[in-house]
Amino acid sequence: MEPIEVEHLRKAYADVVAVADVSFTVAAGECLALLGPNGAGKTTTTEILEGYRRADSGTARVLGVDPATGGMDWRARLGIVLQADRDLGDLTVREAVQHFAGYFPHPRDPDDVIAAVGLQAKAKSRNGKLSGGQRRRLDVALGIIGRPEVLFLDEPTTGFDPAARREFWDLIAGLKSEGTTILLTTHYLEEAEHLADRVAVIARGRVVAYDTPANLGNRSQARAVVMWEESGSDRSEATDEPTRLIAELATRFNGEVPGLQVHRPSLEETYLSLIASDGAAHQDVEGGAM
Amino acid sequence: MNRTLAIGRRRIGIELLQFFRDRESAIFNFMLPMILLIIFGSVFANQQIGFEDVTFSQYFLAGMIASGILYTSFQNLAIAIPMERDDSTLKRLAGLPMPKASYFIGKAGMVFVAYVAQVIILLIVGILFFGIDLPSGGFKWFTFAWVSILGLASCTLLGIAFSVVPKQGKGASAIVAPIVLVLQFTSGVFFVFTELPSWMQTFASFFPLRWLTQAMRFVFLPDGAQVIEAGGEWQLGLAALVLVTWTVIGFVLALTVFRWSPRGEK
Repeated sequence: MEPIEVEHLRKAYADVVAVADVSFTVAAGECLALLGPNGAGKTTTTEILEGYRRADSGTARVLGVDPATGGMDWRARLGIVLQADRDLGDLTVREAVQHFAGYFPHPRDPDDVIAAVGLQAKAKSRNGKLSGGQRRRLDVALGIIGRPEVLFLDEPTTGFDPAARREFWDLIAGLKSEGTTILLTTHYLEEAEHLADRVAVIARGRVVAYDTPANLGNRSQARAVVMWEESGSDRSEATDEPTRLIAELATRFNGEVPGLQVHRPSLEETYLSLIASDGAAHQDVEGGAM
Repeated sequence: MNRTLAIGRRRIGIELLQFFRDRESAIFNFMLPMILLIIFGSVFANQQIGFEDVTFSQYFLAGMIASGILYTSFQNLAIAIPMERDDSTLKRLAGLPMPKASYFIGKAGMVFVAYVAQVIILLIVGILFFGIDLPSGGFKWFTFAWVSILGLASCTLLGIAFSVVPKQGKGASAIVAPIVLVLQFTSGVFFVFTELPSWMQTFASFFPLRWLTQAMRFVFLPDGAQVIEAGGEWQLGLAALVLVTWTVIGFVLALTVFRWSPRGEK
């Protein structure tokens, strides 16, 4: 049994189908990234797994338990980082982290966690005075204080500067190496590429692609495009054998090939083509009942 | 059960810390009776109210202690909980291994400690500046205790239940504060109760505050002052009946209507 198992999950609100049919599993110590446009059903799926909402049909198991019936002992094994919060403004960072440690049977050391998220210098600051990125790091600290076996991260790095995001990635990599199972929801493709063992692209409430970041949408097998300049104009050729083509070009030009580029589809291009091929879905679902 | 109480105790601590650090709540729910007592007590310091040497400021002190029950419990919770529902406090707590009852223990404990602190300060101000005497005799202290506890219980539960009424945390105080103010004006806090129009007295008699003020006057005014009460009596039995009834109503409502998530979310 895997820590997270989801089969044919479905959830509709009054007039919107938020989750139509979602299945995936996350193995122990694995990080799965849910990618998709706003309103695609990522947050609804996550909140069903966190026990906040009930699915209409399908099955969900987290640590072998149906989240709709999970009790205190089950909750003690989860860590939840919700989308951007602004509660706890009148407490300091340390007060909040210490307080939340008290809910769990085997919490991490609060000062270690504050250091791990890089908030030592702000430990005595009121949470209401933190910047957006610092506030988000506090949310992550509160999510991991209980030493969770399964960690839910819903857009954890919104508002981070690039350096803070790198540090956060290192932190998550550390948790993974300790065996924490992670379900990550993100808008940042480079974040999914960096952290996730596998990626599930969700559009219109369905999983439209489910693979490792490198193989997503068969992009590892996609043809490379070789571009160069010849006789004053840009030339390009799609090929399965870019190395052979470049060797030919090198012979033809007798050395350097002017303006040489080899291009393979990036994760972003693959992702955009995946959600676009799903019927340009995301515009009309956006703003739905998330 | 032990765990529920242990976490409930932690919640009381964190609730109190947030209650006193939030400037709006500290002024609006905690400081207001002291401020009003000093202003009204000074303006009407020597005004007699129809019985011997009872001054309006003494009458008003009893009303402020009764109002303090309403401020620290009903007004405090009916404003704070909608804000917690909006800013994800409740959602975060619902995702923790926290027994739901611990949250309500935290709220009730915060209300109790805030009220006790408020009464102590009001009494110090009353004794130093307005010639108030501490209750004389065990029965008055006993009455003070049960009236406080029944008042806090009913108004805490009603505040928890009323927290579903404001659509948004931001607008909650605009809905709750006028209700508290109207009850104060009609329940004998700012005016002598028996001098109010009779329809107003009847209206106020349906709600806890009128009975809280009257019982507090029994505790803090001389015994003979009952001649200026309705029917010339303190009506403590009726006060107990009304407060117990509201406690039961509040308990049922709080159990049935309380929501952890904002409207439109299930």
